[in-house]
Amino acid sequence: MQKEIRTELRQKSAINGIFLYVISTVFIAFLVFNQLEDLTTWIALFWIILLFASTNASINSFRAESGSQFFYYYQLCSPQSIILSKLLFNGLLLVLIGLINWLFFSLLLGNPLENNLPFLAVLVLASLGFSGVLTLVSGIAAKTNNNSTLTAILAFPILLPMLLTAIKASVLIGLGFGSDEWQLYLGMMGLINLVIIALAYVLFPYLWRS
Amino acid sequence: MRYWWKALAVLLLFYTLIGGFLIEVPRQVILYESIRNLYFHVPMWFSMIFLFLLSTIYSIKNLSSGSLEDDRKAIELVNVGIIFGVLGTITGSIWAKFTWGAWWTNDVKLNGSAITMLIYLAYLVLRGSLDDEQKRARISAVYNIFAFVLLIVFIGILPRMTDSLHPGNGGNPGFNNYDLDNNMKLVFYPAVVAWILLALWMANLRLRISRLKENLSS
Repeated sequence: MQKEIRTELRQKSAINGIFLYVISTVFIAFLVFNQLEDLTTWIALFWIILLFASTNASINSFRAESGSQFFYYYQLCSPQSIILSKLLFNGLLLVLIGLINWLFFSLLLGNPLENNLPFLAVLVLASLGFSGVLTLVSGIAAKTNNNSTLTAILAFPILLPMLLTAIKASVLIGLGFGSDEWQLYLGMMGLINLVIIALAYVLFPYLWRS
Repeated sequence: MRYWWKALAVLLLFYTLIGGFLIEVPRQVILYESIRNLYFHVPMWFSMIFLFLLSTIYSIKNLSSGSLEDDRKAIELVNVGIIFGVLGTITGSIWAKFTWGAWWTNDVKLNGSAITMLIYLAYLVLRGSLDDEQKRARISAVYNIFAFVLLIVFIGILPRMTDSLHPGNGGNPGFNNYDLDNNMKLVFYPAVVAWILLALWMANLRLRISRLKENLSS
């Protein structure tokens, strides 16, 4: 499992590419808006950039396993350990992307949020959920020929509920509501995350074997 | 007597049509006679969810058995479910135009239904891009189960937490509180059964056609 992560980390250029993608997109947003004071626009832009960056980051998570490496892993480890390590790695990666996204948004576009700590909690939960869905779906798409477009088609409808909840929660937090207003949303996102991880864990072995 | 449920479906559908348009309904402000759409709009969604549930069950069966027959059942149930989803959207849209004043509103349930349709259209795209039958059966089953469970989590939880224009949400009274009176119940429950039976019948026909095609080509 750790070896998996290490091999992923070895491909530094891919990860750096994703970070650069986030930063340059935020920079474009900065060039367009200069200073963004409107909370709704800020949140919408933030989540849209995060959604596309996450999709780009996770699309290739099974590309390495398509060739002869697949048979190597196939014999070496159980599908459960593979999906867990993939989930862990993608989760960490997306949380990192989310934090970088937030950092550059605050630096360049200003930060209209009233309350940053709970917003970061939403960010972490949403990133974990995104990573869960995107990991399994890119696993599915890797089995087909036209992989990258299919990942987006398959993942976006499933990601939408998560995204809507995250946006609702961040609007409430951004406006400075008390914790009893948005706690419910955080709980719900945690619940969805648990369901996603459990499903990915149960279903992945069937994908792997085919 | 094998066909009793088909006969029942036809009888109940006639009952729904005749009773639905003729039996007296309570007069509500704004709704007026459009309340009769309840017999058509709501059962469409019930049937769709029921078919998708069955399809998911067959997908689980397919994963454990690997039989192509289960896969065929899963896909035909989804096909008919999508037809009912489209019908539910159309009837709902017309109803919304007359009561809320717009064809489409930014409502949780409407978004939920749009997401549902997107998920199952994506399912069809996924099936289209796989050639090998066994592989297609297995991979699409994985996606079907994954998507359906998340969908249920979403449409089960979110509408109850946010405001909606639909009855029963966000302070709007539900139909069963006071205005689904006994006359309406008399038509509504048989209508639900009738539409679900019709949906199953359609899925059954499609399944048999697909089996025949399979036999012809092999």
